[in-house]
Amino acid sequence: MTATLPVKPELVCPAGTPAALRTAVDAGAENVYCGYQNATNARNFAGLNFTPDEMAQGIRYAHDRGAKVLITLNTFPPAGRVDLWTEMADLSARLGADACIVADIAVADHIRRRHPQMRIHLSVQAAASSPEAIAWYVREFDVKRVVLPRIMTVSEIKGLVDEIPCEVETFIFGNHGLMVEGRCSLTAYVTGQSTNMDGACSPAACVAYDQQEDGRLATRLGGVMIDRFAPHETAGYPTICKGRYLSEARDGGYYAFEEPVSLNAATMLPELIRAGVHAFKIEGRQRSRAYVRKVVAAFREAVDTVMAGDEPKLADLVALTEGQKHTEGALKSKTWR
Amino acid sequence: MQSELTLGPNLFHWPAEDKRDFYYRIADESPVGTVYLGETICSKRTPFFDDTDMIEQVADRLARAGKRVVWSSLSEVVIRRERRLLEAWSRQEGRELEVNNTAALMALSGTPHRIGGLMNVYNEATMDWLARRGATHFALLPELPRHVLAVLAETATRLGVSLEVQVFGRASLALSARCYHARAHGRTKDNCQFVCGEDADGMRLSTMEGQPFLAINGIQTLSHGYLDLMEDMVDMAALGVTHFRAMPQSCDMVAVTRLYDAVLRGEMGAGEGGAKLRALGIEAPFVNGFYRGRAGADWVPRQHEPA
Amino acid sequence: MTSQPDPHATGRARGPMPFLPPPPLFLLKPLLARIVRKVAAQNPGMFARLGPHAHEHFLIDPVDMPFMLHLRPDPDALDFRAVGRRGAPPPHVARISGTFLNLFTLMDAEQDGDALFFSRDLIVTGDTEAVVCLRNALDDVDEPIAHTVAALFGPPGRLALEALRRAADTARRRTEEAHP
Repeated sequence: MTATLPVKPELVCPAGTPAALRTAVDAGAENVYCGYQNATNARNFAGLNFTPDEMAQGIRYAHDRGAKVLITLNTFPPAGRVDLWTEMADLSARLGADACIVADIAVADHIRRRHPQMRIHLSVQAAASSPEAIAWYVREFDVKRVVLPRIMTVSEIKGLVDEIPCEVETFIFGNHGLMVEGRCSLTAYVTGQSTNMDGACSPAACVAYDQQEDGRLATRLGGVMIDRFAPHETAGYPTICKGRYLSEARDGGYYAFEEPVSLNAATMLPELIRAGVHAFKIEGRQRSRAYVRKVVAAFREAVDTVMAGDEPKLADLVALTEGQKHTEGALKSKTWR
Repeated sequence: MQSELTLGPNLFHWPAEDKRDFYYRIADESPVGTVYLGETICSKRTPFFDDTDMIEQVADRLARAGKRVVWSSLSEVVIRRERRLLEAWSRQEGRELEVNNTAALMALSGTPHRIGGLMNVYNEATMDWLARRGATHFALLPELPRHVLAVLAETATRLGVSLEVQVFGRASLALSARCYHARAHGRTKDNCQFVCGEDADGMRLSTMEGQPFLAINGIQTLSHGYLDLMEDMVDMAALGVTHFRAMPQSCDMVAVTRLYDAVLRGEMGAGEGGAKLRALGIEAPFVNGFYRGRAGADWVPRQHEPA
Repeated sequence: MTSQPDPHATGRARGPMPFLPPPPLFLLKPLLARIVRKVAAQNPGMFARLGPHAHEHFLIDPVDMPFMLHLRPDPDALDFRAVGRRGAPPPHVARISGTFLNLFTLMDAEQDGDALFFSRDLIVTGDTEAVVCLRNALDDVDEPIAHTVAALFGPPGRLALEALRRAADTARRRTEEAHP
């Protein structure tokens, strides 16, 4: 029996702005993902994302340097507004984008019928977490790659890679979302803005930092207290699933869902590569380009090192989280659940 | 189509005998026309009720009482056990099935089935696509505002499929792979010891200020507030909504469903029905903000049409 | 309600710029005007990114300096000036407070300011969306603003930039050691 060489995974890197796109490409990203300035993408934040002209320039910049641009159309059009999503899909095809990352059936169906040459990547927002669900999307829409929810162990991912007829992309760094993405209305419950329909989890317009007289800092979303920090305690961005709450089962406040913590799969890279994962995703379109440069460069070197058969210098990768808490999340063990 | 009140799947891990007695009472005393049975939240719970004779006895009794029984699927399907359960579920012959995870569509596409209230059907094109592949009935997500629902109702009418909206009970807000009930008790999902059974309506989470906010039900996060769209049912029926779903809670569900049914049939005014609902002793506020296009946790009084 | 991060919490023992006393206000005025004109001229796209927030007034509050900064990133009425701490501050939709070094880090695309931005080292009060939008717009400029400013002063400017970066690094490390 001959050992088959694992595929070399592509790095899929975030770009919230044209500057971040260029930064990611220059730092060695094979894929950059980005979206337009509207609700068609799940990071629909003020001051972020691309105009059609910027997208055209970004695609040229990436293509000139051998990188691909994946366009996030990863939200769910509400009834009566499907046209905006299909227009963005048509625009992406005209601009020569390399793939669209989609979650909604109607958007996938439109691309499949109108742009048969366009690759469809199934967004994590579609929450396809079993071989059957993924195979269904592949059968119906000829999905070429699935982005897996951040809830699977490496051995589960390996089993999946062997069973499904498309490429697999996993998150390796960034925000550690705990809720099944695409199946969460928590933001809408307190703000009226829907993550799925409006493309924003904890939109900044509904966020308030409330400095209290005793030196504590309260963070609020839509007026609801998400957490309260002691004077020197590190504070997080107020997303409901990273908030601290009271329960009769516990004494005092506790992180009912998850601590404010980042995913960092640096130590799992060799195993993930052996599992046959085709692409590694770095989260953070809302982060600065300094973040993009540092994280992409570090993982570029780490992946290349592993592929060359050497041990990656993990110290550098761990330093990226700079004092923040980080975790391998679900990848390492199912006791996480 | 005649408007009909339904009883959605029971989301909570009640003792099996309590569940059985609950459904017997629904069969005997509640006016609901359809009852959804089956564990939708956690595959570890199925040996207690779903895998026993009790659920069959319940289904028989409901059917004998003239209720239509629909079998709901699991909502999260990841591990082998969940995949096996879903596979077996999808092969039930002669039963009406409600899909809560896309994995089930692999087996059911082309045969008649229902799309459950945990599936993402946000627009008319998605509804149309699914209807062409066998979906006959759609239960909608709680977060949809009226203007979105109106377009979906028009589409459902055109397609000849029925449309269901949750009008009572805690709203499902999120699903996870992690069990938050186990986490609250310092356990993991694998050694949870079924601690979710302690909270018949979910485990309350309050903010650090002590404001009740959410309810935990295993891997599911629900609203603390109870949806109440009683006063909008007539409006929704006019839009084309055909079915109105009450979700099981530990309060007197026979009383709850009788009130909603009376208002739906025009035998009782929504004002009177609302007042009686509030006299049932439910220890949570009522909310309707999603339907009103506002924060889901809000209660927004109905705007009366100008004369 | 105040929005003053505790300057001692950042581990800054010897002042923000150990090598320079803070400049007097009257010297700052032409300097700031020159900086903002230069940044605006180099980055016309920044204003589109700001959208409606280009017309907002921001108050930037370096808590360890004797002055605050008022910014209105409006292409038609560009305004960036130092204001004294006595009396009421000018009207503003949002206030960003932090030590000088932390605020500097935000302006420098060589560094990731986000961690500071949502940590206790920077405090935002008022319109959070306007501030996030400003940050995103500043992050998309071609040349980091800190570079632009340093370049205005030639080699001494670049030396000062390096010194500031080192000071910011040191301050951050000290903070991390003090509050791991």
